[in-house]
Amino acid sequence: MIMTGIMDGTDAIVEAVRLAVASIPEDTIEALKRAYEREENELALFNLSNILRTIEIGRRRHVPVCQDTGILNFFVDAGVESPHLRHLKGWIIDGTKRATSEVPLRPNAVDVLTGRNSGDNVGRFVPVIHWRLTEGDKVRIAVLPKGGGSENCSMLEMLTPSDGLDAVKDVVIRRVRECGGKPCPPIILGIGIGGGADTAVEIAKRALLRRVGERNPDGRLAELEEEILDEVNGLGIGPMGLGGRTTALDVKIEVAHRHPASFPVAIVFQCWANRRAFLEIEADGEVRIWQ
Amino acid sequence: MAVKLRTPLSRQDVRRLRAGDVVLLSGTVYTARDEAHGKIIDLASKGELPQPLDLNGAVVYHCGPVVRERNGRYEIVSAGPTTSWRMNRYLDSILSLGVRGVIGKGGMEAEPFRGRAVYFAFTGGAGALAAESIKEVKDVLWLDEFGVPEAVWILEVRDMPLLVAIDTEGSSLYER
Repeated sequence: MIMTGIMDGTDAIVEAVRLAVASIPEDTIEALKRAYEREENELALFNLSNILRTIEIGRRRHVPVCQDTGILNFFVDAGVESPHLRHLKGWIIDGTKRATSEVPLRPNAVDVLTGRNSGDNVGRFVPVIHWRLTEGDKVRIAVLPKGGGSENCSMLEMLTPSDGLDAVKDVVIRRVRECGGKPCPPIILGIGIGGGADTAVEIAKRALLRRVGERNPDGRLAELEEEILDEVNGLGIGPMGLGGRTTALDVKIEVAHRHPASFPVAIVFQCWANRRAFLEIEADGEVRIWQ
Repeated sequence: MAVKLRTPLSRQDVRRLRAGDVVLLSGTVYTARDEAHGKIIDLASKGELPQPLDLNGAVVYHCGPVVRERNGRYEIVSAGPTTSWRMNRYLDSILSLGVRGVIGKGGMEAEPFRGRAVYFAFTGGAGALAAESIKEVKDVLWLDEFGVPEAVWILEVRDMPLLVAIDTEGSSLYER
């Protein structure tokens, strides 16, 4: 689904958020349909059929597929020559507030000390905005609404470097098994290896923006992605943890250089409601929105 | 074949259900998450439960919905289940108040259900689908205090499709 035209920046954010929460991307739907076709377990079929039905209702009625519309994460690649730089943060904040009442979204920003919900999905460090400066005059923003159930399974482990990549696999399998049905399988796993602790988690989350079925361009990592995917699906956790052939739709790995003494591994869980949208803003105000 | 049930649920209603059965539930459902459970149990212990909360034979739904307000009326837009595991600590107390059905996702401890209540699983994330079975918002409690997700929404549902995942014999689909 693609939308193009001259558009106000705040409107563009609202439309991208609406697209993300109401419409599950085609690559994910295809993977879920394949999971349905190769499934024999009745409980798994009950859940997969409900999943495919709710996706269809979300698309048709333009309403959030899942009621947990999450904390909104924005990954901004801001061209240093874009004339819009000074407005971006305002557009994102205002767009988040407007999307909350117009789409609508569930308000999910809670004050840690008082327990009060801000009511508009805006609060301290929320929405989450990751800034990166790039060359040129375009701005590209990825929207990733991240639900709580799957995020509660996310983790960071600081491995010993001599344990190597085999240990990564063990950590992932152990964590997926521990979490069972909690993250709303079939899941998508983002795995970040290397960096400092913060980098590992950020690249793991960013990995979720890749399409289902898209392999890491590095053949060694692509192979590891497929190995982990096979092992996870061999666990038999299945849709919603009630057994079945498909526990994960995909595994995405990203790497960063690490300190000689450190080997961080971050695992970010994404539920089957693999929500995302992208928008690009040209210097002249032309906007393109897609998934 | 799905079993049709209407709230309030009787002891016989729940006792004949077995893990794996599909139920079409109609009647009143109360949403409650972490904070609402704490408050309900606290108020009940003081005998101060507010009028609209009638927990005898009631069904509690672990859910924080997306809600739209239109002309002073609330409309449920999307309302799938949240992870029930967080509410395990309140389970025995809430069932002791007469609750006979709990709807959620991910399962709970099976033992407290034995002899008195069942756990219904609904597909996590299927919020738009669940909303199709919700016909009306009858009332809402503690909206200002808790915010939309944690408030208690009193909902009228019709033929909500649910899977019995823990039955009154303590048999659980999550422990197979």
